[in-house]
Amino acid sequence: MADKVMIGMSGGVDSSVAALRLKEAGFDCVGVTMKLYTNDELGLPERHTCCSLDDVEDARSAAFRLGMPHYVLNEKAAFEEKVIRHFVETYEAGGTPNPCIECNRHLKFSAMLHRAEELGCAYIATGHYARIERREDGRWLLKKGTDASKDQSYVLYMLTQEQLSRTKLPLGELTKPEVRRIAEERGLLNAKKHDSQDICFVPDGDYEAFIRRYTGKEYPSGDFVDEDGNVLGRHRGLIAYTVGQRRGLGVSGGRPLYVCRKDMKKNAVVLSDNDALFSDTLKARNVNLIDRERMDGPLRCAAKIRYSHSEAPCTVTQTGEDEWTVVFDTPQRAVTGGQAVVLYDGDTVIGGGTIIG
Amino acid sequence: MYVYADNAATTRTSETAINAMLPFFRETYGNASSLHTPGQRAMEALVAAREKVAAILNADPKEIYFTSGGSEADNQAIVSAARNGARRNKRHIISTAFEHHAVLHTLDKLKKEGYEIELLDVHENGVVTAEQVAAAIREDTALVTIMFANNEIGTLQPIAEIGAVCRERGVPFHCDAVQAVGHVPVDVKALNVDMLSLSAHKFHGPKGVGALYVRKGIPVVNIIEGGQQERGKRGGTENTPGIVGMAAAMEEAVGNLDKSIPYVTALRERLIEGLSQIPHSRLNGDRDRRVPGTVNFCFEGIEGESLLLLLDEKGVAASSGSACTSGSLDPSHVLLAIGLPHDVAHGSLRLSIDDENTPEEVEHILSVVPGIVEYLRDMSPIWDELQKGEKPYLL
Repeated sequence: MADKVMIGMSGGVDSSVAALRLKEAGFDCVGVTMKLYTNDELGLPERHTCCSLDDVEDARSAAFRLGMPHYVLNEKAAFEEKVIRHFVETYEAGGTPNPCIECNRHLKFSAMLHRAEELGCAYIATGHYARIERREDGRWLLKKGTDASKDQSYVLYMLTQEQLSRTKLPLGELTKPEVRRIAEERGLLNAKKHDSQDICFVPDGDYEAFIRRYTGKEYPSGDFVDEDGNVLGRHRGLIAYTVGQRRGLGVSGGRPLYVCRKDMKKNAVVLSDNDALFSDTLKARNVNLIDRERMDGPLRCAAKIRYSHSEAPCTVTQTGEDEWTVVFDTPQRAVTGGQAVVLYDGDTVIGGGTIIG
Repeated sequence: MYVYADNAATTRTSETAINAMLPFFRETYGNASSLHTPGQRAMEALVAAREKVAAILNADPKEIYFTSGGSEADNQAIVSAARNGARRNKRHIISTAFEHHAVLHTLDKLKKEGYEIELLDVHENGVVTAEQVAAAIREDTALVTIMFANNEIGTLQPIAEIGAVCRERGVPFHCDAVQAVGHVPVDVKALNVDMLSLSAHKFHGPKGVGALYVRKGIPVVNIIEGGQQERGKRGGTENTPGIVGMAAAMEEAVGNLDKSIPYVTALRERLIEGLSQIPHSRLNGDRDRRVPGTVNFCFEGIEGESLLLLLDEKGVAASSGSACTSGSLDPSHVLLAIGLPHDVAHGSLRLSIDDENTPEEVEHILSVVPGIVEYLRDMSPIWDELQKGEKPYLL
């Protein structure tokens, strides 16, 4: 009997083509859509997020067109606890979270994997653009997707050997145009399907309004200051700003000013010119290694400090039981607490962790 | 063997209903509101069906309005009473926390319009009392709406007593009897109801057709505007085949109650007895005050979704609650209403059998459920914590 695979489906092009490829490879496929939140509970409009009923319908119709059963898994409680609260708390602590990473960590590759196990599925699959390979010594490797412009290995650095051994990423070898072409040829193109947003539960991008609505809290306004402590203006609450931000500050200093850091104790936002945003050192915790068991000695590699960053050469040292210190060869702009740092050896992911601010 | 044990979601359309309907697709397809002979023939069938449905409910044919199903009937009954109440400045509506969403969501809508909605507690046994209703009724109460049999746990409400209280206090009383008609005797006069909803496909009739009983003198407001069908209270060409099929199915199901009630009750008792053997499980809802065929169990430490999918694989069609919430399998509002904690409300199983099920099928269900529960518990981190004593058992 063919191995059973559970495919996470959104109804979009990527997950539909991923499902098609597994089906054609002879797997016994089951499509699932995780219901992560309801729009009205989060105060969102009914459409245009990944979890509206319309999206579930899209996923279901894609699964049925591919001749596979489709189930909806309710993971709202876990999503709220592990992703939304983490998102809010990271902002409240002064960082800038990456909720997709937490969702992968706790939902897609944890809760969904557990469901797959219960239902007798040997594997789970997603439409991520990254590759999983097995080295000769038996170790599972995570590699960049063939389409460099779509590579999503950054958001998968937390995968364990166990998770990697049970995950299929059928789009890893394909480029986005190839995926679109396959979808077109096979009638899987959902024309009205919008591209996934950065943060699915903040579809308008206004994360500040989301946090205010969600927590109902007041985030007190305070001072914008320069590096010497001179007051430059008033800010509207620390959660509204992220390191490196220039727009929307409402401060004119006669020169371009950027958010350099947030002083949580003084409730102040420190502004600086662009040059002061650069730093060559960061520390990371909650680390995970993929291609090796341990970090032995200082490691030369390349590191990526946010999804859109081009990785930069660096030296990594284990400086605590769960702490790395990363020193870049040249200073990097806007190293931001709460984001992930992911280490690469060429196309291969060495591991990653959360940047501490 | 594949056992269909989801009759509270819907039933197989009976041969009787299908045969009654067929002529109205092929031969007598005229519009019942047309003047010509084919229309006349259709209207005759419609009149006969209305008389039949009315007679079964102990109502007058003029008190029966055909609808597209139970949800529409519930919507129309509640909106009618609400609008009528508002004209006399009455905007207080009494219901329960475990009604069907056709009722609860209609009440939500009215709440946004400024009505005050009071949902009575249904206690751990899933039964509301007439005393609670009496205590809740106020000068400005526009409506009491309480279901006859709960769709998820099957508990029966004391409708006749509640109806008597409402009648005495002069408050209109609507009863959603979708899960009751065809399963227990329903006599609108004995029940003291002013309005009552029913749905054909819950008693082996076709889908997409139902009825609303409205006692003479109780005003009805349209929710579907259109022609003068249903005495001007429900626009839209009459669904002649559906209505004829509903009347035939209803006649058959109700005529058979003397035999089906003891038969189905015995099967249900066997199910309860067998499932109760599973440790850390519980039967939801009152042990005795329930419709013959519905059984709802919680099994601690597991989630309903996986249980259902594995049951399907082993040849049992069941549900975890209402099929109307699929797409969002939340912990059931019904189970939360009877006081179950969130964790437990996730692991529920509803089996709804009827007179088409056999004792062998019940044994098949009992032969597969315990194994699946054990299998899922073995993989469950929650069960692991319970076993290690890190968390207390709730059941």
